[in-house]
Amino acid sequence: MPTNTINGRSFEVDEEGFFVNRDEWSEDLAKDLAPLIGIELDEEHLAPLRFMRDDAAASGVTPTLRRMQTVGGFDIKTLFALYPGKPAKKMSWLAGLRKPVGCV
Amino acid sequence: MSVTEQTITDRPVTDKAATTGTPSRAPIPEGFILPDFGDRARPTGAAQTGTSEESGTPAYTGPRKMAFICSKGNLDMAYPAMIVGNAALGEGVEVHIFFTFWGLDIVNTKLNHKLKFTMAGNTAMHMNDLGRLRPGWEHLSLPQVMGNLPGMTSFATNMMKKQMEELEIPNIPDFLDLMEASGAHMYACKLSFDMAKMIEADLHPGVEGVISASDFVEIAEGAQIIFI
Repeated sequence: MPTNTINGRSFEVDEEGFFVNRDEWSEDLAKDLAPLIGIELDEEHLAPLRFMRDDAAASGVTPTLRRMQTVGGFDIKTLFALYPGKPAKKMSWLAGLRKPVGCV
Repeated sequence: MSVTEQTITDRPVTDKAATTGTPSRAPIPEGFILPDFGDRARPTGAAQTGTSEESGTPAYTGPRKMAFICSKGNLDMAYPAMIVGNAALGEGVEVHIFFTFWGLDIVNTKLNHKLKFTMAGNTAMHMNDLGRLRPGWEHLSLPQVMGNLPGMTSFATNMMKKQMEELEIPNIPDFLDLMEASGAHMYACKLSFDMAKMIEADLHPGVEGVISASDFVEIAEGAQIIFI
C-alpha cells in the first residue's frame, strides 16, 4: 500500500488515494489535507465529517449523501455548496474513510 | 493553475461557490496520491465528447453533462434515471432530465406516488423464495399469464416498493426532492404535457419548465444522452 506524507504526517492509502486505516486520521491532519482541494476546514465543514466518522464506526461503511440527509439530518444543497463537485468523495477523503460504495 | 483547470471547476451546481471566486489550492506534496475529485486539469477535446472533428461544428469543451430522456411511466422505469442521475450529480456531472410521454407521470405529483410495476411482458420475473421449495426454481421465469391475474400488478408493485425500501432507496417523490436539492435540471415535454392535458400546478417543483423537443436538444449539447 502506498503512503502519503504531508507536513510530517504519514498515512496509508489505496491506489486511488483514499485512507486505508481510519485510525491514522486526525482533525489536524484533515486541516492539512483540505487546502489541497481548495477547502478551508471550518466548523461548518467539519460537522458532516464528524458525523461520517461516527456513522462509519458504527456501520462499517462510509455513509452515502442520502444517508447523511436521512440519518445525519444534513441538507443536501448545503453539502454540495460546502464541497462542490464530488461532495461524497471529498468528504469521505477528508474524514479519513474509504470512498462510499452505496448507489444512493 | 492552467486555464483548462479553471473551466472544469466552473459548474452550474457550484454556481454559488464560483461567484465567490475559484478557491486557491495548496500544491500537492511530491509522491502524494490525491483521489480524482474531477477539478484538477484533465485532457479535454473532441475525443472526450465523441464529437466528430470532421463535422465542422466546434467540439463541446464545457463540463461533463448527462441528459436522460424518461419516456416510461412504470415504477421500474422511473428508477434508472433517478439512480444513475443521482450518482452523476455526486460525481460533479451536470444532469438534465427530460420527461416525455408516459415518463411525464414521474413528475406529476398527482400520479408519481402511485407508479406501478407489472410483471406482464417481463420474462425476467423470478421468485427467490421458490428456490426453497426446490433448488433451481428460483431461476424459473414465472408464467406470463400470472401477470394478467387480477391484483397481480398491485402485488408486484408492493413487493418492489418493499425491496427498494429495504435497500434504503427513496420512493419517487422523495427521490425527485433529492435530485432537485442535488442540482438536477428537470423539464417536462411540451407535447406530452399538452397531450395529457396536464396543469403546471401538478408538476413537481423541481421541474424547471415545460419545453419543446428542440429546446431539449439545445440544452443537451455536449451531453451523453440516455434514453429510458
